[in-house]
Amino acid sequence: MRLSEHPILNFEKVRGKEVTIYFEGTPIKAYEGETIAMALHAAGIRTFQYSTKKHRPRGLFCAIGKCSSCLMKVNGIPNVRTCITLVEDGMQIEMQEEKPLLPKTKKPPKWKEPPRIEADVIVIGGGPAGMMAAIHARDAGAKVVLLDENPMLGGQLVKQTHKFFGKREQFAGVRGIKIADILEEELRKRNIELFLETSAIMLLQEGEEKLVVGVRKNKELIEFKGKAVVVATGAMERMIPFENNDLPGVYGAGAIQTLMNTYGVKPGDKVLIVGAGNVGLILAYQLYQAGVKVEAIVEAMPKVGGYFVHAAKIRRLGIPILTRHTILRAEGKEKVERAIVAQLDENWKVISGTERVFEVDVIALAVGLRPSIELLHQVGCQIKYVPELGGHVVIRDSRMETTIRGIFVAGDSAGIEEATTAMLEGKIAGIGAALGAGVASPEWLKEIEKAQKELEEFRSGPFGSKVLEGLKKVVVE
Amino acid sequence: MSEIPHYLKEGFLSVEELKEYVGLPSEERLRQRPVAVPECPQEIPCTPCAEICPTNAVLMEHPNAVPVVDYEKCIGCSLCVQICPGLAFFMVHYIGEKAKVTMPHEVLPVPQVGEEVVLLNRIGEEVGKGKVVTVIPREKSKGDTPIITVEVPLELAWDVRAVKVVRE
Repeated sequence: MRLSEHPILNFEKVRGKEVTIYFEGTPIKAYEGETIAMALHAAGIRTFQYSTKKHRPRGLFCAIGKCSSCLMKVNGIPNVRTCITLVEDGMQIEMQEEKPLLPKTKKPPKWKEPPRIEADVIVIGGGPAGMMAAIHARDAGAKVVLLDENPMLGGQLVKQTHKFFGKREQFAGVRGIKIADILEEELRKRNIELFLETSAIMLLQEGEEKLVVGVRKNKELIEFKGKAVVVATGAMERMIPFENNDLPGVYGAGAIQTLMNTYGVKPGDKVLIVGAGNVGLILAYQLYQAGVKVEAIVEAMPKVGGYFVHAAKIRRLGIPILTRHTILRAEGKEKVERAIVAQLDENWKVISGTERVFEVDVIALAVGLRPSIELLHQVGCQIKYVPELGGHVVIRDSRMETTIRGIFVAGDSAGIEEATTAMLEGKIAGIGAALGAGVASPEWLKEIEKAQKELEEFRSGPFGSKVLEGLKKVVVE
Repeated sequence: MSEIPHYLKEGFLSVEELKEYVGLPSEERLRQRPVAVPECPQEIPCTPCAEICPTNAVLMEHPNAVPVVDYEKCIGCSLCVQICPGLAFFMVHYIGEKAKVTMPHEVLPVPQVGEEVVLLNRIGEEVGKGKVVTVIPREKSKGDTPIITVEVPLELAWDVRAVKVVRE
């Protein structure tokens, strides 16, 4: 089902020309500019594939190209990530069989020397960190190229309908979606070469330079060569163990935001949210705004983890927050039909007899994120496990340069924080990369220092203390 | 574990907590003109309310400080209610046996002036009915958030923090 009315968003504006795609031969209405997975959801289709061994149904989970639960056969090609692949008129979409084979009738793309794009600074990721890095590297005098595997710029900003915190000069009071527009406009003003729907699949050292291997639209190989690289690849949603957590209808919180806020598709009718951090709290408010019933938020901790003001916003709309509660299992045949929740004691053990049943068709997991560091790992940057930053992160200095000279990191891929800190880190990394590439004048050091001060200030409250503990373990001089 | 404040366990402030953390304006001040009350007891990195206030009535020692309103300086302009990213500012004004409560309203439908709405307290319970007396639409609001003022019975002035529009 599609949303029409919304207090913040106008979907009529975003939806492109109507096209028809075919799911298992059945025609489905879709709109240009939306991804296959979104169109299937709008048509009520939740099961995208079956697991290879036990034939269990699988559906969408992350919706941003980071997991593999949405892989389907598209025009005969198996293992297409339907969550980031745009619909095209006449597309044939099929659920995958046990072991998908490449079609015998199709020829692989002809091998030819890939085009090589050269720049001073290559930015991987078009979210808040990547866009800020590109803008500032460009301003500092670098030739910049930016690639992102998604069809649109903005990263996770494109689904953040809430207003940001911080100072007004750091976009406080402005909605995330608006910040995405502002940054994109700045980026385009500067003639930064953009490659969307382009996945960076490899990062290599080539002599003194860096080589990024990209694949555009799943078929075209492109090489990017530069003096410095900023990796701003974001993060991926965490999963927690409970019975039937693989049923279609169990989503990462971000996937639900993508469905309803980016594409205007109603994720379901009744939702249970797991996790009362900022993401879970904001998600509940956004679901209410989209007209979806939130039955409850369950939180294993004895208190709300996110900002209190986000909690107050949903409580006064009648959404309960059950602290010291956890999800025991999901139930349902082909998709989620209900969730079983129970109370925890002080030792995190389930108190028997406290089980409660919530009749829901969606379970949203807002249980944290982990940094996406695959490219940094592969190129050989030094890595450390830092739970305060969300998982494995790279060692770097105060200018966001990793242990490999010329490779910088910013945003959630450097440690889980907020969009505001991601933007400041992006600014630092972008200028650092331009300096590293030898194209920026030393004056730019002042701008780095300014951003460092702002970061310090933003992290100086109680909410920043955990991050600061984590940073002590990975920032070296 | 006993140190966890009630408002973080439950996700809402009780009026007693509000008095303790924020401090309420005097009855006399409440009768003079509308006054802004921040329901923001936690240290978070956020300053738009203090930055936008035309009379410097919102005090904040550092960017993570809890906002404190100097009720005498506050002119009741509602800019803080409009800009607050956490939708945590409200205005209260006593008039006779009624109180006017000003609040953000970011859900559909947005009520019209003169419309009767269902009043909700801090946990979403229906506590009565009230009349909408002012609406600042989203386009005219400084913070892209519609602001409404509702007339409520005086005794509900410190309970009503949201409304529900019910139309047949």
